[in-house]
Amino acid sequence: MGFWSAVLLPLLICLLLFIGFFSHSEKIAKLPGPMVWLQFAGAILAVMGSLLLPMLIIFIAYSVNNIEHKSETWKSLFSLPIAKWSIYSAKYFYALFLVLLCLTLFVLFTIGFGNFLSVLKPELKFNEYHIEKLLTQIYFKLFLASLGILSIQFLLSLLFRDFLKPMGIGFVATIAGIIMANLGWGYAYLFPYAHAMLTVKSLKPSNIANGPAVPQITVELFTKDIFVSLAVAVAVFILGYFIVLKKSVK
Amino acid sequence: MVISTEGLSFNFGSQQVVKSLSLQVPEGSIYGFLGPNGAGKTTTIKLLLNLLKTDQGSIHIFNKELQSNRISILSEIGSLIEQPAIYLHLSGRENLINRALLLQVPEKRVDEMLDLVHLTDAANKKAGKYSLGMKQRLGIALALLSDPKLLILDEPTNGLDPNGIIEIRELLIRLVTQHKKTVFVSSHLLAEVERMATHVGIIHKGEMLFQGSIKDLETISQPQVQVELDSTVDAANLLKKQGFLVTDVNDDHLSLPFTSKEQMGEINSLLNKNEYTVYSIRKVHKDLEKLFLDITQKA
Repeated sequence: MGFWSAVLLPLLICLLLFIGFFSHSEKIAKLPGPMVWLQFAGAILAVMGSLLLPMLIIFIAYSVNNIEHKSETWKSLFSLPIAKWSIYSAKYFYALFLVLLCLTLFVLFTIGFGNFLSVLKPELKFNEYHIEKLLTQIYFKLFLASLGILSIQFLLSLLFRDFLKPMGIGFVATIAGIIMANLGWGYAYLFPYAHAMLTVKSLKPSNIANGPAVPQITVELFTKDIFVSLAVAVAVFILGYFIVLKKSVK
Repeated sequence: MVISTEGLSFNFGSQQVVKSLSLQVPEGSIYGFLGPNGAGKTTTIKLLLNLLKTDQGSIHIFNKELQSNRISILSEIGSLIEQPAIYLHLSGRENLINRALLLQVPEKRVDEMLDLVHLTDAANKKAGKYSLGMKQRLGIALALLSDPKLLILDEPTNGLDPNGIIEIRELLIRLVTQHKKTVFVSSHLLAEVERMATHVGIIHKGEMLFQGSIKDLETISQPQVQVELDSTVDAANLLKKQGFLVTDVNDDHLSLPFTSKEQMGEINSLLNKNEYTVYSIRKVHKDLEKLFLDITQKA
């Protein structure tokens, strides 16, 4: 279930966007190439930073663990001659892989649908600009920004059987993160749930006021929020292992 | 001893669910772990599998300490705990293949196991569509997949129909006699254990009340003299007047505690002299069901 959600989500969203651009092509046709791309990719990125990415992570972390909760297989997994460390880390890295897969597909589908649009509607100046490198950098940064939340959500989903607890905690924390990031609170970078939003916010081109001129976007990969995200990810991952080690399997 | 525990105790919060348990499971035995629901059977099994952390006492399996040899011990154990743990969205075969991959067992074992538990026809059906008995059998197949030396099964016949119960029983007996396995099987049904176990442990409220071979269990049950005749009530009154202790009277027979063969003869001739027709008189062991109830209720 987690796997298909990681595949279908980017596909559906990019498809919707494609339809949107396709049917309103005359409005966008006036824009220069870079702006068309930025509008196209930016529409996804805007939601991505706020709700989409955290929710996706909450869901992936839940589904990877829920499959064992639902089938009551934790006890049989932990009574196999396999180190607890292997079971725990295999689960974690699968969740990590799903997040990476999903974000990669977002990049591929964005570029793919963009180029497809430029074939169908040459008047949209998609072919005037290449966004591949920039987009890859942005999504890679988003991936790094999501690691902190992933570790926390993974642990929550491992500990709680039901969906509501990890989902509720994650949802409230995400909202708090968005508010912090949007208020520009100085310490927002310490809060993992704000990292996706901070990443997207940091992309605001400096010369946007100049109207249709080509905006300059540079991605600074290793900002302090990314370091916090990585540190939280590693710390919670290790902490989670010790909890698994101590925990009784019901 | 395949399993040997000493002073094994476990608490859920302030409630002690396993009290100073000393299990002795000899090699090549079918050890019936008997107790009413909630006696601490599943908890004990989880302790044996290192799913729960031992509070006090020690567990040795294959003469090795469990905590420090977890993986090497678990690699020789197949287990089934409570309701079978299977992935309902996968077919029976996929469940087994998945486990075979984890345990690095050749895939050919999968078909052998399906055959062994008679699931070959349903192998490609989703396990979610299986009946309770089929799930239980798939659970047993999963436990046997790695060809372990010790099988730990928690209520394996739960939810099976009489045919299924007989099949499992015969399978377990075959595993022990032909393949030299050791089986530790829990149950709340004495009749079930009586038919296959070579050794029995009776647990109640976390405490071991009896442990030994099935013969030991029979000998501690006090034998009775059972007399079958008409008008049992009159006969009972006569025997009581003569100083015999009559423990049970019903429509077709009466029972007295057995003391000696001579005493049996005495009872017989006394009844005959008083013109009671004795249809039969015999020494019987108290049935284990009753003994089980006695033992568990005393505690």
